[in-house]
Amino acid sequence: MPRIKSPEELENVRQDILSRRDPNKSCISICAGTGCLALGAGEVIAAFQSEIEKQGLHAEVDTRSAGCPGLCERGPLVVIYPEEICYVEVSPEDVEEIVSQTVVGKKAVERLLYTDPNTDEQIVHVYEIPFFKNQKRLLIDDNMKIDPRNIEDYLAIGGYSALAKVLNTMSPEKVTEETIQSGLRGRSGSGFPAGKKWKFCRGSEADIRYVICNCHEGDPGAFADRRVIEANPHNVLEGMIIGAYAIGASEAYVFVGDEFPQTVENIYKAIEQAEEYGFVGENILGSGFDLTLKVSIDGGGYVLGESTALMASMEGKVGEPRTKYDHATDKGFWAKPTVLNNLQTWANVPIIINHGAAWYSDIGTESSSGTRVFSISGKVKNTGMVEVPMGMTLREVVFDICGGIIGDKKFKAIEVGGPMGGFVPESLLDLQVDYEELDKVGLAMGPSLIVLDEDTCIVDMVKYFLNFLAKESCGKCTPCRDGLRHMINILNRISEGRGRKEDLDLLELIAKVQKKAALCALGQGASDPLLSTLKHFRDEYEAHIEEKSCPGCICKALSAASSGANA
Amino acid sequence: MAEVTLTIDNKEIKAEEGMTVIEAARNAGIDIPSFCHHEHLEPYTACRICLVEIEAKGRTDLHTACSYPVAENLVVTTKTDEIIEIRRTLLEMMLSHAPDSRDVRALAEEYGAEKDRFAKESSFCIHCALCVRYCAEVKKKYAVGFVGSGTSREISFNPEIASKECWDCRECFELCPTEALQTAYLFTEALTSSSTPFEFEFKEE
Ligand SMILES: Cc1cc2nc3c(=O)[nH]c(=O)nc-3n(C[C@H](O)[C@H](O)[C@H](O)COP(=O)(O)O)c2cc1C
Repeated sequence: MPRIKSPEELENVRQDILSRRDPNKSCISICAGTGCLALGAGEVIAAFQSEIEKQGLHAEVDTRSAGCPGLCERGPLVVIYPEEICYVEVSPEDVEEIVSQTVVGKKAVERLLYTDPNTDEQIVHVYEIPFFKNQKRLLIDDNMKIDPRNIEDYLAIGGYSALAKVLNTMSPEKVTEETIQSGLRGRSGSGFPAGKKWKFCRGSEADIRYVICNCHEGDPGAFADRRVIEANPHNVLEGMIIGAYAIGASEAYVFVGDEFPQTVENIYKAIEQAEEYGFVGENILGSGFDLTLKVSIDGGGYVLGESTALMASMEGKVGEPRTKYDHATDKGFWAKPTVLNNLQTWANVPIIINHGAAWYSDIGTESSSGTRVFSISGKVKNTGMVEVPMGMTLREVVFDICGGIIGDKKFKAIEVGGPMGGFVPESLLDLQVDYEELDKVGLAMGPSLIVLDEDTCIVDMVKYFLNFLAKESCGKCTPCRDGLRHMINILNRISEGRGRKEDLDLLELIAKVQKKAALCALGQGASDPLLSTLKHFRDEYEAHIEEKSCPGCICKALSAASSGANA
Repeated sequence: MAEVTLTIDNKEIKAEEGMTVIEAARNAGIDIPSFCHHEHLEPYTACRICLVEIEAKGRTDLHTACSYPVAENLVVTTKTDEIIEIRRTLLEMMLSHAPDSRDVRALAEEYGAEKDRFAKESSFCIHCALCVRYCAEVKKKYAVGFVGSGTSREISFNPEIASKECWDCRECFELCPTEALQTAYLFTEALTSSSTPFEFEFKEE
């Protein structure tokens, strides 16, 4: 493919792709995301390909290794187009029946349909499944319609048209203004207005500026950011290219760990194709704008997601946070003006440009526009990846999207924001996903949600997060390193039945000092899960200390004591 | 060098641009305590004992005096109730490592820090990194560094470099605020493990 040299040429290429595609042609879309692959999607894909060959259907039927749509718990997932019939937990043995009955015979295979766990109703069409229907999907809705490794699939759904629009008709200032107007805020939880950050950076005199996509996501169990880029990498790249144009940056980096090989391979492949088609490189679409786009592999722990540690690591230095009085938009990567945004912040940019700031800012709440993609795990019936409009309540996320608690046990808490987040009790479940609302109760908009049922011990969960941070912290400053050590010591003795009355005050004192005195945001936020539970679940701590019993029956030393007392 | 005027504890002070608040304060006879600051080393901002309140451009925040550059019209307060509580708690954490360190104990007394607030720790080290930084920045030998992260971070000697470089140096020992107990122990360990017999002489202070 020769480089595309103008917006008109891009439209011609797009029309050519569409003319070769019949929307009524059957297509078997198999999720080839990290989750489904782990459940055997690779064999399912191979089985479909050979079955189609065997039945001599390759002229009439396409197969697609698609991006992850999110219902990871029920994978491998298959959607048959154009009917949009969805099958869950598909194995290679089911393939022949699906091809004969559904693709050829146009009839659903009932035993493979999704059954609603609450109504026992079988659901045929993918968008009627409550898990999907109750979400607001701006970033991940097309995932089953594209093969992340095939740029033509992205072009077929209008990909890179936002970039063409920007380069053809908008000044960098206008792009920045549009982004400000859209109300787009940093999705890492910072909530900082993206457009404003770009404006500061552009206003900073320099011979070179950088753009970085933070795809680190070191929170335990979280995978939303990486799954978003794995499923639709070009959307993120397009956002970064548009941002780089607005900022006047000439180099852009995706900072990502290699825990999920599939994710990294998809990013490399997408960059290669974007270069080949002329969406990055010199003179992009004939506009005179040049940009190089690279991957920077991060080899480290949680703290590398922090801005100063991330840039130090990219420069080949020790990835530890540093005390800085300059903003990265003035002195960031290599001490040059740099914009670091979260992956999902970038992913929203093409959508804003295509639909306009006014359309976008109507989604969500007054102060928080758009959506946030979370990975959700724990004791809900449907786990996986969900896209939630700002303003939706946590109750709706847990019960309407995820189908409620497994085994109809009692809900205990939902953890929001990862190791620097906190636990929300039942009484606050009507809290909205919104920067200000979450902030009011001391929570941040992290990439993961973890749902806990009545059989969980809050003290034990908090210990888990603190132990995670005790390893992930760099250990440089006293309040973070020693503070974490002593908090863990105290929690250990509480869960072993040796807790003292004054321990809760002591925990609060350490947390307070750590929050004020720690060197970086990791230390400053490390006690957030602890503090939120001391507020909302204090009775559980008191039960451990005073009654020597563990309400979740998790702490071994205590459960025995309490069940012994009951016997 | 341009001169700037700032206020520290209600006292008007002149300082040279490029200085840090701790330097300006000490020049003016105002002591701000710190364990990891050293005039010949890069600011490290790790012990957090030198946190002071700084009002700049209409905002008041806590900052480490060892790294914060002086500027015109800064207003610095070196002791408030909040700062006292922070220092006291940090000192209590340090006492759990180095209960007998003269430097730590002197400050602990001043701030009313209790020796037994926290459980005793096996390592004497308070992680000021003076030895590590001095060896790297001044001596350029890199004989001592950190291993591990988070709560398992500890100093460690590289036996190969240490057996060559440290015999005649040991300058880092003098810098240690906890009487070099940990340094001495690990140094000996590094050298014994590299099979060089070594008689360690402990200096009486
Ligand atoms: C310990 C720590 C870890 C962080 N990890 C991430 C991360 O994995 N991904 C991310 O986007 N931001 C992370 N951040 C926030 C970044 O420092 C930075 O604020 C963010 O990437 C800015 O993007 P945004 O403005 O688009 O939200 C982390 C911050 C801290 C303190």
